[in-house]
Amino acid sequence: MSFVTRGFSGRRREADPRLPPGQTLVQDWPVLSAGPTPQVDTADWEFTIRDETGADHRWSWDELLALGVEDVTVDIHCVTHWSRLDMAWRGVSLDKVFENVESEHEYVMAHSYGGYTTNVPLEDLLDGKAWIATEADGGPLDPEHGGPARLLVPHLYFWKSAKWLRGLTMMPDNDPGFWEQYGYHLYGDPWKEERYW
Amino acid sequence: MTHHLDGNVLAGALSEVFRSDVTAARGRCGGCGRTAPIAEAMVWTDAPGLVARCASCDRVLATVVDTGDRVILSLAGLSAVELRR
Ligand SMILES: [Zn+2]
Repeated sequence: MSFVTRGFSGRRREADPRLPPGQTLVQDWPVLSAGPTPQVDTADWEFTIRDETGADHRWSWDELLALGVEDVTVDIHCVTHWSRLDMAWRGVSLDKVFENVESEHEYVMAHSYGGYTTNVPLEDLLDGKAWIATEADGGPLDPEHGGPARLLVPHLYFWKSAKWLRGLTMMPDNDPGFWEQYGYHLYGDPWKEERYW
Repeated sequence: MTHHLDGNVLAGALSEVFRSDVTAARGRCGGCGRTAPIAEAMVWTDAPGLVARCASCDRVLATVVDTGDRVILSLAGLSAVELRR
């Protein structure tokens, strides 16, 4: 590499190609919360998909796990500029969850215990791109990290991976969720640095 | 409603909001109706923005997102804000 090229690449010369622009690698797992942490026992936990007919498809904790829990190793990118690489998760693929759900709607609102919401296009939840995560770093998900179960959509900024997941509602339009109403990007692709409106 | 003005009509009021101490202002929660100084709200700061919630009912009263070159403010959870001159 020539001296001139080094000079131009400057601060970026040690950049990891797996880090999206503006991100910094961390080894720990920062906790972000916009409100009180819900404490939900798996015995009381229930997950619901509501389609456009208003019909609810419901899963108890055991019914969800019975769909098949798989190992997932992915990178996650938080909009507050930290990323973790090769993070070990376990969860149920949303392909399995959606297997018996019929809907013409192309958008989904994720709802959490505690009231948080975030919007995601349906196609971003299918084809092996998203999970309902129940374990991370080799153990059950702590409540502070969204346990008992959170959405895991690693190809979008991590605010889309809703903690304390309780349900998905099919939507005809891409209505904004919590942060998307308050200034964050409607889609949130970290590689395009889609942080804000 | 047939008669309305555009957002420019808010400019005067908003310049007053930002000139005075907003935390001393009193706000009315759009959820439970509690009226209290903004300073008494519960504010979560370990989040992608500041989130102020009602101390009585947890409802989100206000959010502030700092994009670097912009500040995006929501007061959507407050039905009214009272400012002292
Ligand atoms: Zn309230």
